[in-house]
Amino acid sequence: MNRWMTDPILRVEHLSMRFGGLIAVNDVSFSVGRGDITALIGPNGAGKTTLFNCITGFYKPTQGRLAFAREGRADEREVRALTRTGKRHARLASGDIYMLERMPDFEIAAKARVARTFQNIRLFAGMTALENLVVAQHNALMHASGWSILGLLSVPSWRRAETAAIEMARAWLARIGLEHRADDPAGALPYGDQRRLEIARAMCTGPALLCLDEPAAGLNPRESGELASLLRLIRDEHVTSILIIEHDMSVVMKISDHVVVLDYGALISDGTPDYVRNDPNVIAAYLGVSDAAEAEQVVAEIARESHK
Amino acid sequence: MDVAAAKRPTRVQTALREASFAGLIAALLSFPILALRVEADMNNRLVLEERWPLVGVATLSIFVARFLSSILDDWRARALAIAGALSNLFAIGLMIFPDRPQIGLALWFGASGSTLMAAGLYFEREGRAAPERPIAAPQVAKTSRTSGLINLVGIVALGFVIAYPLVLLAWLGPQGSLKWINNYGVQILIYVMLGWGLNIVVGLAGLLDLGYVAFYAVGAYAYALLATTFGLSFWICLPLAGILAAFWGILLGFPVLRLRGDYLALVTLAFGEIVTIVLTNWVDLTNGEAGISSIPRVSFFGLPFTAADDGFAATFGIAFSPIHRTIFLFYLILVLALITNVVTIRLRRLPIGRAWEALREDEIACRSLGVNTTNTKLTAFALGAMFGGLAGAFFAVRQGFINPNSFTFMESATILAIVVLGGMGSQIGVALAAVAMVGGTEILRELDFLKVLFGNDFDPNQYRMLIFGLAMVVMMVWKPRGLISTREPSIFLKERRGVAGSLVKEGHG
Repeated sequence: MNRWMTDPILRVEHLSMRFGGLIAVNDVSFSVGRGDITALIGPNGAGKTTLFNCITGFYKPTQGRLAFAREGRADEREVRALTRTGKRHARLASGDIYMLERMPDFEIAAKARVARTFQNIRLFAGMTALENLVVAQHNALMHASGWSILGLLSVPSWRRAETAAIEMARAWLARIGLEHRADDPAGALPYGDQRRLEIARAMCTGPALLCLDEPAAGLNPRESGELASLLRLIRDEHVTSILIIEHDMSVVMKISDHVVVLDYGALISDGTPDYVRNDPNVIAAYLGVSDAAEAEQVVAEIARESHK
Repeated sequence: MDVAAAKRPTRVQTALREASFAGLIAALLSFPILALRVEADMNNRLVLEERWPLVGVATLSIFVARFLSSILDDWRARALAIAGALSNLFAIGLMIFPDRPQIGLALWFGASGSTLMAAGLYFEREGRAAPERPIAAPQVAKTSRTSGLINLVGIVALGFVIAYPLVLLAWLGPQGSLKWINNYGVQILIYVMLGWGLNIVVGLAGLLDLGYVAFYAVGAYAYALLATTFGLSFWICLPLAGILAAFWGILLGFPVLRLRGDYLALVTLAFGEIVTIVLTNWVDLTNGEAGISSIPRVSFFGLPFTAADDGFAATFGIAFSPIHRTIFLFYLILVLALITNVVTIRLRRLPIGRAWEALREDEIACRSLGVNTTNTKLTAFALGAMFGGLAGAFFAVRQGFINPNSFTFMESATILAIVVLGGMGSQIGVALAAVAMVGGTEILRELDFLKVLFGNDFDPNQYRMLIFGLAMVVMMVWKPRGLISTREPSIFLKERRGVAGSLVKEGHG
């Protein structure tokens, strides 16, 4: 049995997103395993980023349920009970569960602890790398600063919290190899560094699920190799599951435990990297042909051509 | 190698040598031209007039200009610093030479000279920071040179402001100093405080607020009404005015903060107008256009500034003079402005302040990090409004009379112009801009010397706003991001380095 079947952290069920007459995501269901790196792939315009925006609350899905079991396996009966109450959150014996489709975006990050990065990097360009990572710890620091009152008085407990926050930021900067540029504005960093900094910033929120939207876009092979090892490090050393949209198949096949494929807003394949790689539906989608039979024909032709 | 390095003169030494040489030549050249002059006196006799100080000024000017030009790298910095230094020398000259010292002009030239020099030093720093640093830059911990300079400027300026009314009083006496303390000192400080208050909303949080004067009005009317209706003292009304203004800030904030950019600006503009219109038309409460008069004047913690036996002057055994109240008002607004400044500086280093700036940079990223953007914007709005309300209460107690005409859109525009001209987010920049905007328009009233140039029919007052507008346009072309566009990071690991203004976003509502 795979982990996404036995212990899912997020279950996407019958999710649909319509923009007027356009159906961007059409009745998609899949699970994200706890501690897995789950890759979401598909041709351009397949609805991957829309799905991401639904999970992280930037869009409100037209239909469907997003059950997020942060700590432990959620019982099906209890999820159903929570769905009926209309509440956003329930505390179960196994841990907290959240209905992400009912929550505003900032609460998904603050309470359910789902962090994300963006396809077009959204760093705070005019703030330093260090400041970017400290802003990410906003909620914990707001609490420690007594909603600014203790902070204005500069009480020792606040100063300790601030020091700890800076230390955490420094540790992440060291981990992504940017400690020497801590005091440089984020907007002045090279592109690859900005990509890594955005991931570190998302990690500074202490997420249970990290959603990365094309983190390897625009990176050279060496940089995407570094990225792959960073993601593995995050999965192994932190209790963080990763959901990743990626076009770079070398990265996807190397690091992911589970691959979900979308095409024209619908789910066409869901399984291990090996399974998906050999799935005729996926090959058909990527080759732009209509069905699996035609795809096999094309693949066979390509094989013949390359043997000649 | 080491010996050679040790022997090589430092930059400063080289600059000093070059400057001394230039000064010497200037002295030699100016001596035959400037030092002596033959003039006919009343009885048509020729007399020899000695003008040694002029030679001194010429020599000193050349010396300073040459020194600055060799010590500064950036050409813009050189030009500005030299212009500023000469302007300062001219100000000193104005004070020393004429029979009647031209204080207004001297202050104007002194202030503008200092501003120019400060701007020049900024250019110098930007010029040095501009080249992209190699990634493997050596990790030398050092404090930023210009950052220290700015702090020094701040301390010197604070010392100057504290001494300002007392020095003027000692120099010009109660009669002569009143105008300078009231029209320049108090008036400028009100705008410094308003600028600092609005800076939280516009400069830090990046929310364009065109109706800031509404909160100023709320504060002023809060004090006026509470004091005249219930007889509450100023010290009780002051926090109440702040709280009321903050309350109105939140009330306005709730419906409008979902708007962004132009739409937010329009709604805040409308709010400012609504407040003025309500104040004009709700005659039962506010007495409409006629305004509220005989607002209780400020007292020295209970001692009124009157000639009575229980007054301030009598209690301290000094001769009564209306200047005492003005000086007290000066220090009162100075303290209020400094509170605004200190609170803002401290908040910038707290999570809420960083969240404001992050909001200005990228609101969507903020939400993806779990920052409640609505609350963050509301706190910025409420705090900005609160400081506006405190300034309003001060305005009411200073004037003793208020009516809606003091709270027009022009005021909002002036305060916003101060924040933009100063450089959004920069505390010292905003203070400098307030001095230039308010002091500048006031000082242009003292342009009577232009009559010497253009004849007696020339009325310089008519050209006041023209000159001012021209100066604004030039300023915005030359420094579109304001006087001080460099952003100081709120925290740092090794070294506090300014962030170039071009990287910092201006917010989008």
